[in-house]
Amino acid sequence: MPAERVDLIEMPNEAQFLMSSDPMSVRDGLQQALVATPLARLSIDDRSTAEIVLAEVLNNIVEHAYATETGTIRLCLSLGAGRLDCRIEDDGKAMPNGKPPEGHLPEAQDLPEGGFGWHLIRTLSHDLRYERQEEMNLLTFSLPAEQSTV
Amino acid sequence: MQLKSAMNGTTLVIRVAEDRIDAAGAIQFKERMRDLIQVPCTRVILDLSPVHFLDSSGLGAVVAVMKLLAPDRKLELAGLTPTVEKVFRLTRMDSIFTIHSALAEGIRNAG
Repeated sequence: MPAERVDLIEMPNEAQFLMSSDPMSVRDGLQQALVATPLARLSIDDRSTAEIVLAEVLNNIVEHAYATETGTIRLCLSLGAGRLDCRIEDDGKAMPNGKPPEGHLPEAQDLPEGGFGWHLIRTLSHDLRYERQEEMNLLTFSLPAEQSTV
Repeated sequence: MQLKSAMNGTTLVIRVAEDRIDAAGAIQFKERMRDLIQVPCTRVILDLSPVHFLDSSGLGAVVAVMKLLAPDRKLELAGLTPTVEKVFRLTRMDSIFTIHSALAEGIRNAG
């Protein structure tokens, strides 16, 4: 007797999102990514971490890499065992000194209005790497990714 | 940027009727707040309970409003949702604001 055929619904673990270099486009792109696989499959806490880190990275690109020009940002997300691999590419200006800022946290008592972004990115991400490839900035890192059981 | 303000005694309560304060809305938030805090009041409580997301630009705008109120008044916060609370905690900016778990508690307890 032939085995019963089971059609498995394949869950895609990767997705790519394109944004243009303005804050509204980044907001829309991020919100699209959050309700799509793979981010939609994460636990609430990990999704919240991903939203914080990705928003900071994307807004930095708008503010700095594309400060004087417009262009495209490509966000690629790939879900593995316990980790979400993130890859963000843009065609704007290179990072100053060829590396991402250290992200020293400003003193709360001084009432800083900025300088929090890289601290949040570095605190919440792992294996952060930056490379300038020809005319492209490539930033990769991973985030904790416990899959939601809901 | 929808901000709803109301007086409760001498306390000005401003509810942020938005899902997020992010880089796309931070400047507008600060400008609207600047107008709303012109009224005479002894305390200002910002009700953030509808806000599910705040990024570093949004945080910077909240700090800027705190500075607009100084030195006579302080900005108190109420109803931080989990992601917003995380951003305040990781940047240690939770140490400079009086944070009430809910608006009702904030109105009761002069901070």
